[in-house]
Amino acid sequence: MIVVENLSYSVASAQILTDVSVTLPKGGITALIGPNGAGKSSLFSHIARLLPMQSGRITVDGMDVAPSNRQELARKLAILPQQAHFATRLTVKELVQFGRYPHCQGRLRTEDHEMVEASLHAFGLMPLAGRFLDTLSGGQRHKAHVAMTYAQDTDYLLLDEPLNNLDIAASRALMALLRRLADEEGKTIVIVLHDINFAAQYADHLVVLKDGRIEREGKPADMVTGALLADVFRTDAQVAVVGDTPFVMP
Amino acid sequence: MVLAAISLFVGVISLRPSEIFQDGAAFGLMLDSRLPRTLATLIAGAALAVCGMIMQMLVRNRFVEPMTAGTGQGAALGILIVVLLFPSASILVKMSIATATAMVSSIGFLLIVRRLPPAQPLLVPLVAMIYGGIIGAGVTFVAYQWDMLQYIDTWLNGDFSGVMRGRYELLWVAALITALTYVIADQFAIAGLGRDASINLGLNYDQVMILGLLAISVVAALTVITVGAIPFVGLIVPNIISRRFGDNLRATLPLTALCGASLVLVSDIIGRVIRAPYEIPVGTVLGVLGAVVFLWLLYAGPKHAR
Ligand SMILES: Nc1ncnc2c1ncn2[C@@H]1O[C@H](COP(=O)(O)OP(=O)(O)O)[C@@H](O)[C@H]1O
Ligand SMILES: [Mg+2]
Repeated sequence: MIVVENLSYSVASAQILTDVSVTLPKGGITALIGPNGAGKSSLFSHIARLLPMQSGRITVDGMDVAPSNRQELARKLAILPQQAHFATRLTVKELVQFGRYPHCQGRLRTEDHEMVEASLHAFGLMPLAGRFLDTLSGGQRHKAHVAMTYAQDTDYLLLDEPLNNLDIAASRALMALLRRLADEEGKTIVIVLHDINFAAQYADHLVVLKDGRIEREGKPADMVTGALLADVFRTDAQVAVVGDTPFVMP
Repeated sequence: MVLAAISLFVGVISLRPSEIFQDGAAFGLMLDSRLPRTLATLIAGAALAVCGMIMQMLVRNRFVEPMTAGTGQGAALGILIVVLLFPSASILVKMSIATATAMVSSIGFLLIVRRLPPAQPLLVPLVAMIYGGIIGAGVTFVAYQWDMLQYIDTWLNGDFSGVMRGRYELLWVAALITALTYVIADQFAIAGLGRDASINLGLNYDQVMILGLLAISVVAALTVITVGAIPFVGLIVPNIISRRFGDNLRATLPLTALCGASLVLVSDIIGRVIRAPYEIPVGTVLGVLGAVVFLWLLYAGPKHAR
């Protein structure tokens, strides 16, 4: 369980997050949605201790998100930032191996190698394992970054817009993989999604952020309505219901 | 190895391998001058190449190296201060102050670089050159005021001709520091991925930065004190290695050291042979070699897919 209490964050005079309090349940997939600039990435950065906390408190399974818990947190929670861009030249495999660093401090044991293999396999990266990242397409490189995050093998995975750069097949495959991780391995996945249909289809829980505040939260089936789109996204899209899943008409 | 052997036997006074053990004087020359000189070139080359690689990871830019980005100049400034204010200070004090000024100077560079837009990587070497140039000019100005320009020259322009037994041993400390950096090679490689990725992997990012800068500063200070600043090694070698083998430092640092050592040794030998019995400073040779290699790197273009 990730508990965020009274988190506020401002840069210069701009208030980016205002008194955010939210509890992200353990297990399952929680989707974070909201318009551009709502503060989703900023909230993620705080949970993953990439930004120093100005006010408020965040705990992950009761453990305070503070620099003193650096290594334990790295084994408990992994983040894939929105723009993961690395200038260094690494092969896909080397990058994924770095995902094991929190567990083995660079000295890979058998189980680490197994996890690296499993991760390369899960993302279909085996044929590309020896290729340098800068020789890959944007989508392939993106997969390598997700694979690295996966190899970190943490209870919590924070993914910031992981479907960017991915085609429809890869997007569905990634969501299906995340679904399986949540269902079979009991992982907790928090994901920023722009496509509300993906959120409605795959997430168990929906958190809506707008202008740096939590706007509402709940089950996707109850939440994805014309009213949500009108109030939060200021667009009057139609919402159909297919089966029992809401579907936003583009 | 072959190169090292050549270096031992090249010099103003010609030596033949067979003479060493028969002729006491030849043996003495070997021990007092040739061997130290060869060792000094090897160590300085290896240490500077490794430090260049580490600095490029920390700054996250391929076009910087300690000797041009203010670290070397900072060290020279430190030495100058000691020589001016405490001329009788021990070598250890000299070292410490030079390291400290090199460190401050590097941190200053890093702080400036952080404010540069990441989308324009070529700004970094430009700023590095200006920054290093300003500190270098400051050093020269102070030296000029106190009539010490000839000292400055020995610090800012590397040259192995003065290396003799008893005058290069400090470089062994640089060798030791370089070897130690290998212990946390992974951490430097991860730091190269950036702050966010480092924190995500549980790395103490600030600590890695400080350790890296400290290593670079100590090595720069030691090199400047013993043989003078040697440019380009820290730039050329890491670039070639990265191009060919990537940036997984645990795998590439030993090779980086080896290539750095060879490159400086070759340059030193060329400098000694080309206009014998006069010598061309190693920095000059490296400058020419470096320019050629770099143009080749640029025009050869990235050869991908393997
Ligand atoms: N370092 C920063 N300095 C100034 N403003 C920032 C900074 N980081 C983010 N912001 C602003 O904070 C707001 C929220 O950004 P972000 O969390 O990235 O939104 P989202 O991920 O929801 O699109 C935006 O208005 C953005 O311009
Ligand atoms: Mg964002």
